Amino acid sequence: MKADPKGVLTGAHFIDGDHACAEGAIAAGCRFVAGYPITPSTEVVERIADRFPLINGMFIQMEDEIASSIAIQGAVWAGKKAMTVTSGPGFSLMMEHIGLAAMTETPCVFVDVQRAGPSTGLPTQPAQGDMMQARWGSHGDYGIIALCPNSPQECFNLTIKAFNLSEQYRVPVLVMMDECVGHMTERVIIPKAEDIEIYPRRYYEGTREDFLLFKPENDLVPAIVKAGDGYNVHVTGLTHDERGYPVMTAAAQEKLVHRLVDKIRVNADKIVEYKLDQVEGADIVVISYGITSRTAIPAIEQARKDGLKVGHMRLIVAWPFPEKYICALASQVKAFVVPEINYGQMVLEVERCVGGKARVDLVPHGGGSVHNPKDIHNVIINSVKGKN
Amino acid sequence: MSSELINIDESMPVNTVEEYLRMDRMPHIWCPSCGIGTTVNCFAHALEQSGLDLQKVAIVSGIGCTGRVAGYLKLDSFHTTHGRPIPFATGLKLANPELKVVVYSGDGDLTAIGGNHFIHAARRNVDMTVILINNFIYGMTGGQVAPTTPIGATATTTPHGNFEESFNLPYLAESCGAVYVARWTAYHVRHVQKAIKEALLKKGFSFVEILAPCPTLFSRRNKLGDGLDQMIYFKENSEIKNDADTKSVGLTFQGKITVGKFVDKERTTYLDAMNEFYSKKFGDKYTPYKG
Ligand SMILES: Cc1ncc(C[n+]2csc(CCOP(=O)(O)OP(=O)(O)O)c2C)c(N)n1
Ligand code: SF4
Ligand SMILES: [Mg+2]
Repeated sequence: MKADPKGVLTGAHFIDGDHACAEGAIAAGCRFVAGYPITPSTEVVERIADRFPLINGMFIQMEDEIASSIAIQGAVWAGKKAMTVTSGPGFSLMMEHIGLAAMTETPCVFVDVQRAGPSTGLPTQPAQGDMMQARWGSHGDYGIIALCPNSPQECFNLTIKAFNLSEQYRVPVLVMMDECVGHMTERVIIPKAEDIEIYPRRYYEGTREDFLLFKPENDLVPAIVKAGDGYNVHVTGLTHDERGYPVMTAAAQEKLVHRLVDKIRVNADKIVEYKLDQVEGADIVVISYGITSRTAIPAIEQARKDGLKVGHMRLIVAWPFPEKYICALASQVKAFVVPEINYGQMVLEVERCVGGKARVDLVPHGGGSVHNPKDIHNVIINSVKGKN
Repeated sequence: MSSELINIDESMPVNTVEEYLRMDRMPHIWCPSCGIGTTVNCFAHALEQSGLDLQKVAIVSGIGCTGRVAGYLKLDSFHTTHGRPIPFATGLKLANPELKVVVYSGDGDLTAIGGNHFIHAARRNVDMTVILINNFIYGMTGGQVAPTTPIGATATTTPHGNFEESFNLPYLAESCGAVYVARWTAYHVRHVQKAIKEALLKKGFSFVEILAPCPTLFSRRNKLGDGLDQMIYFKENSEIKNDADTKSVGLTFQGKITVGKFVDKERTTYLDAMNEFYSKKFGDKYTPYKG
């Protein structure tokens, strides 16, 4: 399906990542946004609030992030594509409802423009400290998808992709921006609507007699219906059977949670996305994401000038993690260097996949600014020498 | 057992509310003589009498004994998270204004953890009906103190007795902007039915508080007998005062209860306000939002 031209601002723009994210959502067909202001994410909802009245959208500033993160789910069950937007403290408040969306297979998008924490931290400055929270923040087991744009253009592109993936897999999809990407202004090309691919909602098309709200199709994802269609659905956060009815047994739990985890795990090869630069034949591979992928570039270029064979792998999809690829790569390279604006989150995944077959060196940063490329360069240099 | 043995008259009419219930989910989880089921019966009758298109009625509950109501009704039904049925319902309603959205939940759910959402939905006058079952206690979790527990009553987390002031819910609802406010008890089944029907047909944020026995936890712990004793208390101590000043209808432990319809007024709903405002602001460029 192609994007609805109404609302697509085709052309070249000079806007920041937050504004580009808002335009991506609109292009993806999002017409319900609930949010609560928080720096550095607020510009997303400000643009939505400005744009929505004339494109038949509903924006509501809720009383808090807890309300925002569930209002969007009500809107989805009424047939809208919906999104909420926040940053660290608000993201923490939303965790229970990420779990609700995972459990009830409610397709929706959460945008987290990461700032330095914990707590109020540095409200106007960047970090990448919510990456594990994105994966594991709600209680219990479930699968989610998280994307990491590194430019305003990607904020646009990946917000569309987030909506598409959420519809395809019926999961909450998290767009993990950071303050730099959110507030950086660059050229953003918005294509013609007919060039924007949209994954339509998977509405149930079978007979009423055969209808079961949570009966999975071959890819483990059930088709959806909406309130008002006469199906009398029951949607609950309790462990439920395919009818959606609560069943309080370990067997029902196993069946349901297994599928919720598996629908992402089994489809991971189709979901993962990363970008490689000179990884073939490299001795050292830098693995980065978000803004850090850009601070890593001068460090990598310098190391190449120094005569080292350095490759660069940039995660576009952070969750599911590209574990198969990194497992395979581990036996071909000597070392991995992982810069991130936290004290070691995605690096844990890299270590898990590498399994001791190569060195893995973190370049930590507490947040509040980006890395000095020199620090990344140093770790690269020392990594080959085995000195870190 | 064959029907002859227990002498069932096969021609006996079935309970007409059954068609509103998910009979495939019976038996329900509620304790014998719990008041929640009585209110559900009233709700089903009210639905029947309301003439609403049931395909367009959605019910949303939070978590708790009352939170299970949504799951037993044969409507589009949503059992959400503790305290959050109102914001879920807000999303549902604003995304599809054709739906009649009902929130049915407990006193703790709607006024403790969910209190913030309650006051804001009332303030915005989001078009929804909120039915609150006030059993003065957290039922589902085993009888802890609630914002509705009267001073002097005990709960598991106030084993020496509660000393916190409780909410006067009709006053709270009215102050925040609800356009319809009524309070009844599970004893007043006809009034409850009528109030729910009126609330369902009222445009805007309508609120019905129903006092209901929780024999298992509230009554037993407070040595008030069983569900029937609590119904007798409701019967003997309730005074109907329609249009009473909500300021004056606060509750005390086993004291007098003022019941009635306290508020029934008109106020522009959230959606109408938005559409009117933007129509003025943008003129012909604006297409009124209908979902
Ligand atoms: C976030 C969260 N906190 C706490 C709970 C535990 N909990 C479940 S129901 C409930 C209270 C229910 O009381 P009320 O809303 O009065 O409903 P009742 O059971 O009395 O009908 C609590 C505290 C929960 N499920 N979720
Ligand atoms: S615990 Fe109380 S409120 Fe819950 S079902 Fe039993 S009697 Fe009803
Ligand atoms: Mg209660």
